[in-house]
Amino acid sequence: MSTLASSATAAPIAVSPTSSDDSFEVASQWQLMWWKFTRHKIAVAAGVVILLLYFIAIFSEILAPTDPNKNAAAFKYIPPQGIHLFEDGTWNFSPHVHGFSFKTDPRSFRRTYVEDPAKIVPIGLFVAGEKYKMWGLFTWDVHLLAAVNKRDPFFLLGSDRLGRDNLSRIIHGTRVSMSIGLVGVSISLVLGLILGGISGYYGGRIDSAIQRLVEFLRSMPTIPLWMGLAAAIPLEWPPLYVYLIITALLSLIGWTSLAREVRGKVMALKGEDFVIAARLDGVKERKIITRQILPAFASHIIAVTTLAIPEMILAETALSFLGIGLQPPVVSWGVLLREAQNINTVATAPWLLWPGLFVVIAVLAFNFLGDGLRDAADPYS
Amino acid sequence: MLMFVLRRLLSFAVMMVLISIAAFAIIQLPPGDFITTLAAGLERSGDVDTAQLEFLRQRFGLDQPIWVQYWRWISAIVFHGDFGYSFMWKKPVADLIWDQLGFTLIISIATLLFSWVISFPIGVYSAVRQYSWGDFLFTFIGFIGLAVPNFLLALILMYVGFQYFGQSVGGLYSPEFQDAAWSWGKFMDLLAHLWIPIIVIGASKTAELIRIMRANLLDELNKPYVTTARAKGMTEVRMLVKYPIRLALNPFVSTVGWVLPSLISGAVIASVVLNLPTVGPILLNSLQSQDMYLAGAFILLLSLLTLIGTLVSDILLAWLDPRIRLE
Repeated sequence: MSTLASSATAAPIAVSPTSSDDSFEVASQWQLMWWKFTRHKIAVAAGVVILLLYFIAIFSEILAPTDPNKNAAAFKYIPPQGIHLFEDGTWNFSPHVHGFSFKTDPRSFRRTYVEDPAKIVPIGLFVAGEKYKMWGLFTWDVHLLAAVNKRDPFFLLGSDRLGRDNLSRIIHGTRVSMSIGLVGVSISLVLGLILGGISGYYGGRIDSAIQRLVEFLRSMPTIPLWMGLAAAIPLEWPPLYVYLIITALLSLIGWTSLAREVRGKVMALKGEDFVIAARLDGVKERKIITRQILPAFASHIIAVTTLAIPEMILAETALSFLGIGLQPPVVSWGVLLREAQNINTVATAPWLLWPGLFVVIAVLAFNFLGDGLRDAADPYS
Repeated sequence: MLMFVLRRLLSFAVMMVLISIAAFAIIQLPPGDFITTLAAGLERSGDVDTAQLEFLRQRFGLDQPIWVQYWRWISAIVFHGDFGYSFMWKKPVADLIWDQLGFTLIISIATLLFSWVISFPIGVYSAVRQYSWGDFLFTFIGFIGLAVPNFLLALILMYVGFQYFGQSVGGLYSPEFQDAAWSWGKFMDLLAHLWIPIIVIGASKTAELIRIMRANLLDELNKPYVTTARAKGMTEVRMLVKYPIRLALNPFVSTVGWVLPSLISGAVIASVVLNLPTVGPILLNSLQSQDMYLAGAFILLLSLLTLIGTLVSDILLAWLDPRIRLE
């Protein structure tokens, strides 16, 4: 059976005239895809960016300079501090940031911060700072880059209205925002594969029933639908539950596009010679699906899945931004952007828009990677 | 063609019934009802009138089984145009929704036209001059447009407007026209404010439509009939307009169906940020305070708008492309 399968897919191989390398002809399908993928430079770069983001998500406790929920009333809305590598006027290497002194406007009583070069906050690599529970397993206190004295102000991307460190919050938000995409897509993928597969393989009544369901879900305007569903989540629920429910809600719509893709592919493959040959040989249905059909379009599914992740990230951000998605103390990019919801805040503290940049980078990277994967998924063209 | 329209109308009716059930289910989801919220509020202030609460509950039929409630709700809407009563605003829902819905519709349609007008020529240009600097530039802008969530774009535009032009860009009117009667001046003022929500809401869809137009046209440009037309000495512009662009337009039209739902969704979020008098802010409010008839009416009517959009695009497409109606 496997020979039949490979001969059917190997037929349209077009060896490009430029490659004189023999390895091209004996390479496996996945090998060819990898080669084609690496030729797509932007997609490779996007892949690196995504790995980096997941690296941040995994090690956020160490990478964050401090505890994301540590607030300090004395350091409200501090603008981003620049790092100075050398002691002022000399070449003595001592990395530091400048501290602040604040003065109160006599008329409006508003406190404004003035950078004070006389106050020096020494910083360092792998400093013992705020204690945290690494992955919820063991207590540790090492931070990659932090103020040597943990009570000193050190805000590389500024601080928010409670004096919390913006950078630490963004780094911790990376974990939630990046994982909600993955978890959500996994749920959509399972639903999409099963329902799309059944729809495409059996056809007939089941097919039209599932297709109507897909059409129905797709014709609902998603944001009002999500808003309605998310508003129904009781506020007193623990954050983890809310996280899971929100993810499930996002996949409720997400699976439909995957199901369509799977259905189309399965329908096309069902008529292929190698599948018909397998059926005539009396191979069991389940085996036909798992051994013949699934491997033939696995690469497409990976590409489509990659393109579905950014939509989830955007949806979570939008919901949390409106205040009906994730709730503090959970930190996600959307929750952080909620701090910048009105124009007055944005005008006084524009650095609160930084999480937005991370959203844009993540979404762009997933889109480029997905495009590259989609091109590579068909290595014979 | 008539058969096709009839079939589509039938499925439209079925969808509408399903969506009304879904909308009703959504507004029923939160535990408790408005009366419980009201009672909790009264308890805090000290004077709970149980008899009055019970009277309210009976009056709105909240003590009836769920399907009876659904039937009362939907039959009042269909037969009397009565969308129920907003507990929060203490007004009939019907008095509250039409203005907002009208603005949502105006903004969505204006955005749709805007994204077509922008994306069509750019898409054609990008395909005809593939890999030129212009193509790269538009592709780049397009990707940015896809990746920036529209509320973030709204925030950035507001920040830029506030910081560098010293004006507030939220809302649909300048303060002096806020409560004025309709006049030419007010209309022009509306137009002057409308472009920001249109850009904010339309950016990602425009980017997407450019990608679609470009891909469609590129597919067509490689076909033999194009070579034939060129070989016969047809001018490039005439050839483009007469054949490949017409074919590439088909999938473009069919996107109306799903662009409209996402535009309406986008309008809901962007309106909250930009403080527009559309459905967005009031829907969010009504959901948070469990003002169920108001929220239900909005969800129902927004879905209806979406369905009508899909219906129109399907019929339009069938009219454009005979292959579809024969299928």
